[in-house]
Amino acid sequence: MSEKIAFTIDGVTCKGEKGQFLVDAARDNGIYIPTLCNIPGVNPKSCCRICTVYVNGLPMTACSLQVFDGMEIINDTPALIEQRKIILEALFVEGNHYCPFCEKSGNCMLQALAYRFGMLAPRFPYTFPVREVDASHPKIIKDQNRCILCKRCIKAIKDEKGRSIFAYHRRGNKLRVHIDPKLALALTDELAQKAMDVCPVGSILVREKGYRVPIGQRTYDKMPIGSDIEVKK
Amino acid sequence: MSKPIVATASLAGCFGCHMSILDIDERILPLIDLVEFNKSPIDDIKEFTKTCDIGIIEGGCCNSENVHVLKEFRKHCKILISLGECAIMGGLPALRNGIPIGECLKEAYLEGPTVKNNVHKILPNDSELPMLLDRVYPCHEIVKIDYFLPGCPPRADLIWDALVALITGKEMKLPYEVIKFD
Amino acid sequence: MNASVQTIVGKYRKDPTRLIDILIDIQSEVGCVSDETVNYLAQELGLSGVDILQTLSFYHFFSQESRGKYTVYLNNSLVARMMGMDEVAKAFEKEVGCKFGSVSPDGLIGLFETSDIGMNDQEPAALINNVVFTRLTPFRVKELVKDMKAGKRVDEMFTEGYGDGNNGSVLVKAMVNNNIRRVGLILSDAGNPGDALKRIISISPEAVIEIVKDSNLRGRGGAGFPTGLKWEFCRKARETERFIFCNADEGEPGTFKDRVILTQFPYLVFEGMTIAGYATGARLGVLYLRYEYKYLEKFLNNILYDLRDRKLLGKAILGKEGFDFDIRIQYGAGAYVCGEESALLESAEGRRGEPRDRPPFPVEKGYLDKPTVVNNVETLGAVVRIINNGSEWYKSIGTKESSGSKVLSISGDCKYPGVYEVPWGFSIKDMLEMTGAVHVQAVQVGGPSGTLIGPDEFNRTLSYADLATGGSMIIIGPNWDILNDVVLNFMDFFIEESCGSCSTCRNFPVIMRKTLLRIINGKGIKKDIDELLELGQLLKISRCGLGQTAGNPIVTSIKSFRHLYESKLQKDKDFISEFDMKAAVQESCDYVGRIPNLKEA
Repeated sequence: MSEKIAFTIDGVTCKGEKGQFLVDAARDNGIYIPTLCNIPGVNPKSCCRICTVYVNGLPMTACSLQVFDGMEIINDTPALIEQRKIILEALFVEGNHYCPFCEKSGNCMLQALAYRFGMLAPRFPYTFPVREVDASHPKIIKDQNRCILCKRCIKAIKDEKGRSIFAYHRRGNKLRVHIDPKLALALTDELAQKAMDVCPVGSILVREKGYRVPIGQRTYDKMPIGSDIEVKK
Repeated sequence: MSKPIVATASLAGCFGCHMSILDIDERILPLIDLVEFNKSPIDDIKEFTKTCDIGIIEGGCCNSENVHVLKEFRKHCKILISLGECAIMGGLPALRNGIPIGECLKEAYLEGPTVKNNVHKILPNDSELPMLLDRVYPCHEIVKIDYFLPGCPPRADLIWDALVALITGKEMKLPYEVIKFD
Repeated sequence: MNASVQTIVGKYRKDPTRLIDILIDIQSEVGCVSDETVNYLAQELGLSGVDILQTLSFYHFFSQESRGKYTVYLNNSLVARMMGMDEVAKAFEKEVGCKFGSVSPDGLIGLFETSDIGMNDQEPAALINNVVFTRLTPFRVKELVKDMKAGKRVDEMFTEGYGDGNNGSVLVKAMVNNNIRRVGLILSDAGNPGDALKRIISISPEAVIEIVKDSNLRGRGGAGFPTGLKWEFCRKARETERFIFCNADEGEPGTFKDRVILTQFPYLVFEGMTIAGYATGARLGVLYLRYEYKYLEKFLNNILYDLRDRKLLGKAILGKEGFDFDIRIQYGAGAYVCGEESALLESAEGRRGEPRDRPPFPVEKGYLDKPTVVNNVETLGAVVRIINNGSEWYKSIGTKESSGSKVLSISGDCKYPGVYEVPWGFSIKDMLEMTGAVHVQAVQVGGPSGTLIGPDEFNRTLSYADLATGGSMIIIGPNWDILNDVVLNFMDFFIEESCGSCSTCRNFPVIMRKTLLRIINGKGIKKDIDELLELGQLLKISRCGLGQTAGNPIVTSIKSFRHLYESKLQKDKDFISEFDMKAAVQESCDYVGRIPNLKEA
């Protein structure tokens, strides 16, 4: 049995278990803290910084922060929403995000967060980077134009020996996620699908799997991302 | 008070945003009551005859003509709206932005699989033609844009709600379902 | 597979945590790490190819293609430019016949830029096959290239003698100068190696920690965390296998004092590490040395041998049973961010130098997930003096809240660049007088991640309460354009050195640089300054110090030199387009063969 603790988010008292990550604890209390790079059950990455909250005035990422008793968290303020929006807008202009023909449109978390935060157009100039679409692998396609470098595929997808199929390459604004060509050959259908599913955007695609769900029925068509959590409140 | 005057233009777009304007269906009748159209493909007025209150731009700028039209709109319209993904971020035409313009021209006029009759290997270069830009520019990189209405095309309801709000001076309250980037 | 690659992999017992060492050896013996080698390493180390490449492609000094028989890495940091790097670079390109970033067609000489090699007091400087060449001039470049074309050995290419102090010793033989211009408690020949160790073996580790705590010594790398407290956390950690790391990855442009301390007072640093080992119960110390200082390798290893001979290192130090501590040197491979302690540990474990999330802190979960203390070179040096002279003595130096001294690396527009040790509380004004700097326009305190201050702030003092610093001081004279020459150079540095993992640090500096350039080009508007400040503030939510401070060049220069920004703004405008019709149509018109008609544009 884990130790039960209490903490507050925006003044609302929440209950949780010691050692729980804040995003998960908040979710259990019906409070949505936006994340992009986080997936439950996988070690935190804190790459996107969107889940940043303030704890005693200090910025902390909710995906990597373990809750403790008496913690006072600020999550939902105009300033924080603006901060998250700026991060998102910077991600939009960093790559080439052509929603109109993206297979993941409607199911994309980047897009869904932009909807949630009411982004109409990014405030920063588009960079139109030249990036490759790596279609050399039998089962999956890696479109670097859409990659937001969130590390989810790197962390979540390993082969049976625990080796990485996806990894970072280079650094800074030249950072990319590359696929191991050898291990990609041995990729199972199941793992390929998992890779596509863990990708929050349309950067990893299983061949011949696009556009299966019609417009209007996709994940984020009707309700904002996070509202499934908030209805529990 | 006289009716607000609206102008529209389609630059490097597919005209889908204009189709979406018409997609407001029967509300086109109250719209005509609410506003007067000036320069627009909808009424085929080719040149501005008045100063307009609202200019609606579909499409980004892929050639010198687009830039010219856009600047004219900025001059003649008090409020300028980027309507749709192409106006906002270049849209599908901007797919060429990573490709040198020479390669695009070569593919289109000389070596593309559908090029059959260009036996003299002519590249269009008449001085009357608009000049191609090195890339497709979002409208707000050329002139100041006041509002952005995303979508490909923007939903008719979004266009209607936004226009009505602008005309009546009410706050723009756009429902979740109508703001989409696709 | 290449026999030497096999030998190298065997030497490190196929240990994936030693990947950096393996790659360094392969790079220096074979000249590059080919795809074939990557596949071989993957197989031997039980990793995937992309994992190997993830590490390899992160570091500046690794490459998959050959970088030439002679590889020139020319420093491109601000002070190098101030001292004539551009002319030197031009001379290299002319003499070698290829551009920077490439290798000459015959494969003989490769020209590459690099961010700061720790020689700011003797710029322009370059590394050629790990040998340092300082005070370069176009004439010297001509001679060097001639020598390379003649196939000379790199160490035969000096035209001046070896540098001062230990730089001239047979195991260093470098033309580097220490330029020690003000001695103090660290920069001092006082005492003998082992004096402090003799003192501590008669007292308990806890008592040692108490002395260090009582001295108020704080980390000298820049962050200023209390050293004694750090040791105590580590000592109290549950895991008993613990490690001491000495952070000698000084990569902040303008800093070179750790190089001088390691060259001239290496015993002090190793003794400090050993004291830390005793205090925390660690048995292994690792000196994480930046690749740029690889020329010190033989020299430092020789000192470690000597220490073991003298029973000051190894098993049962000074005959005390159970006091076992040894030290090895771990090299970096060219990445500024590895100066951040958790990135340093990632790197030491063979991975890309990406900072870790904290908590947990290294004192709980550090190297190989064991409790680890990471201390700066200078901090460890101070520890020895504190043990030998007492914490009260130490506290009598400096100020109330900042006890002791600070070793400064001073460079730029002054008569006497070099290393100066001063007590905390020293003012900038005194520093400028001390170094013979006149007509100073600005001082960059603490390197690019620090603060740019103007003359009206020269009465400020160096201390944790006012200007905290790792010690990089760059003096900027009247001839430089602050925005274009200084701030832009620093932003380029951060963009180049970001690990890229945090979206904030990957994206915001790029956006900020673009806005800065717009302002420099006279196309900025008032809103741009607000946006720069906002992004600079937002960068503070990045994971590590690099990201948190990556906006500082802009933010602190807006604070101190706002008029420079404002004078370039387009006043009363709320929108300016950067669109240039002439430039935009040039290429297509050229291609189809028509003259652009720009009447309406």
